[in-house]
Amino acid sequence: MSQNREEVLVRVADLKKHFPIMRGMIFKRQTGSVRAVDGVSFDIFRGETLGLVGESGCGKSTTGRTILQLYRPTAGAVHFEGVNLAELDGSQLNHMRRRMQMIFQDPYASLDPRMTVGRIVSEPLDIHGVASGKARQERVQELLDLVGLSPYFVNRYPHEFSGGQRQRIGVARALALNPDFIICDEPISALDVSIQAQVVNLLEDLQGRLGLTYLFIAHDLSMVRHISDRMAVMYLGKIVELADRVELYEHPQHPYTQALLSAVPIPHPAADAKRQEIILEGEVPSPAHPPLGCNFNTRCPRVMDICLQSEPEFKDVGGGHCVACWLM
Amino acid sequence: MTETLLEVRDLETRFFTPDGVVKAVNGISYTLNKGEIMAIVGESGCGKSVGVMSLIRLIPEPPGKVTGGEAFFMGQDLLKMDKESIRQVRGREIAMIFQDPMTSLNPVLTIGHQISESLKAHMGLDKQEARQRAIELLEMVNIPEAGNRVDDYPHQFSGGMRQRVMIAMALSCMPHILIADEPTTALDVTIQAQIVKLVKRLRDELGMAVIWITHDLGVVAGIAERVAVMYAGSIVEEAQVDDLYERAAHPYTYGLLGSLPRLDLLRDERLTSIDGMPPDLIALPEGCPFAPRCSYAIDRCPREKPPLLPVAPRHKVACWVDLNTGRER
Repeated sequence: MSQNREEVLVRVADLKKHFPIMRGMIFKRQTGSVRAVDGVSFDIFRGETLGLVGESGCGKSTTGRTILQLYRPTAGAVHFEGVNLAELDGSQLNHMRRRMQMIFQDPYASLDPRMTVGRIVSEPLDIHGVASGKARQERVQELLDLVGLSPYFVNRYPHEFSGGQRQRIGVARALALNPDFIICDEPISALDVSIQAQVVNLLEDLQGRLGLTYLFIAHDLSMVRHISDRMAVMYLGKIVELADRVELYEHPQHPYTQALLSAVPIPHPAADAKRQEIILEGEVPSPAHPPLGCNFNTRCPRVMDICLQSEPEFKDVGGGHCVACWLM
Repeated sequence: MTETLLEVRDLETRFFTPDGVVKAVNGISYTLNKGEIMAIVGESGCGKSVGVMSLIRLIPEPPGKVTGGEAFFMGQDLLKMDKESIRQVRGREIAMIFQDPMTSLNPVLTIGHQISESLKAHMGLDKQEARQRAIELLEMVNIPEAGNRVDDYPHQFSGGMRQRVMIAMALSCMPHILIADEPTTALDVTIQAQIVKLVKRLRDELGMAVIWITHDLGVVAGIAERVAVMYAGSIVEEAQVDDLYERAAHPYTYGLLGSLPRLDLLRDERLTSIDGMPPDLIALPEGCPFAPRCSYAIDRCPREKPPLLPVAPRHKVACWVDLNTGRER
């Protein structure tokens, strides 16, 4: 994990993605919106891994997809090396897409069962017209080798592989165009424990060798902390806290981060017994009707009057540790 | 004084498929004491669920079949009971909750109706009594405003609340054993914490034994007293929870623990991954099923399957090699 704090590769500024809720059969009208991502801002430095954690439905995957413009943002900007992706048209965006790729959660659903491994991995090369003929063939062999698969596998189909191997195929496809930036959307959640470590180690090796920058999205806090340089915690469409991984674990400031960290079981009975668990009451509110003020106020153990009225600003409390909480 | 509630001996389950015989469970033995929480840990396809489903005879037959073994529960062999008797045991004496609370509830019946069903069937309560009891049960699992929510449908409940409803249903007849099959896998970590706390509290209050099936060694550390680790249909290690984490004696257990990052310790080194993947249960290797992936394997391992033998008090391992010396025991 190498870091270069000087160079910002991706800058996300007040990004929003709202999905409309439509009613009516003939005269469709919008009756509301699901605020899946509701104003998030952060920087990703070149060569680092930024971990994005949160519970299901908090908007972490939508954030990833909106950054890549797979969903067009409702508002806000995504600057990739200074270019605002949200303002690009289709062909300009296609050109930029070579440099940013994605690895998906489910290695069973993200590979076309009727395509051979060779075709899956070379598809990005064909789409962008970067290599053909012998060069293309060589590149595929090289990519399979890079992710630890035998080059003999080119003519096989996805069903012949296990989950871990399929995820390696997904990684090879993401690497085909030599991207700078890869969004890993829950890349290990569907894998067995003994296989997860293989894929995480592979991602770390590749980062070292190719100088990749990752946005690592997952709900497994232990794994995110292991792989990330910095971590951002999301709740109901907003980032509530962002800090260096050591700082975040040792000095969590937001009550949600504190509760989330305390709920993670530790695979060691003695260490687990020492864990001071903060059990949150209730459930996450619907993103179609987020509460007024701070959106955590319905479950926060330290809620104050001001939290019910206005939303706290996401601000730096020192050394790049950003928190959105009125307690600060 | 510990009292044995369930004793399983050499349980063997097979699935007869067109591709061949799937050796899902290959002679597992364990005992469960009264009031004890035991975890069965393993990766997908290791036979951990099939192993307990076999006990209460929930294996679809065909293609499945329990081909051997005994399972004594309160003096009776569950595997030899007739259909009617096992139905009396199931739900009443041994209850089960499943991984996915979204699909295990009937969407067109109210929560109250679904809880009442087993109360009427097993406990002989009438409609009014069953409804009253259903409300009490919902209160017991911390559903707020249980009196109103009893008439709601499953879609009106969140995932965590549905799992609570499943637990309420499982507890409706005050079972001796609760089998929880990956009950928190589909839930978020903060909700998982609520469910773990709830099951522990209910165990203390009701004195039932729990078999908690999971792949998550983190959850196990927080809930179980004893752990059995399964691999390719066999128990490879069984120990008290502290011993397992402190003195793992099977290379597979050791590898699994090494492949988990710990939130409380920041290790910058790489995770120790276990190379390869679990064997095909149709074509199991002859010797130790873990031998092809094991870095400690000796000549004997691929030829002979090691038996599960004690290495310390209450600690059993199925391995020819002593991890401390790297040589045969």
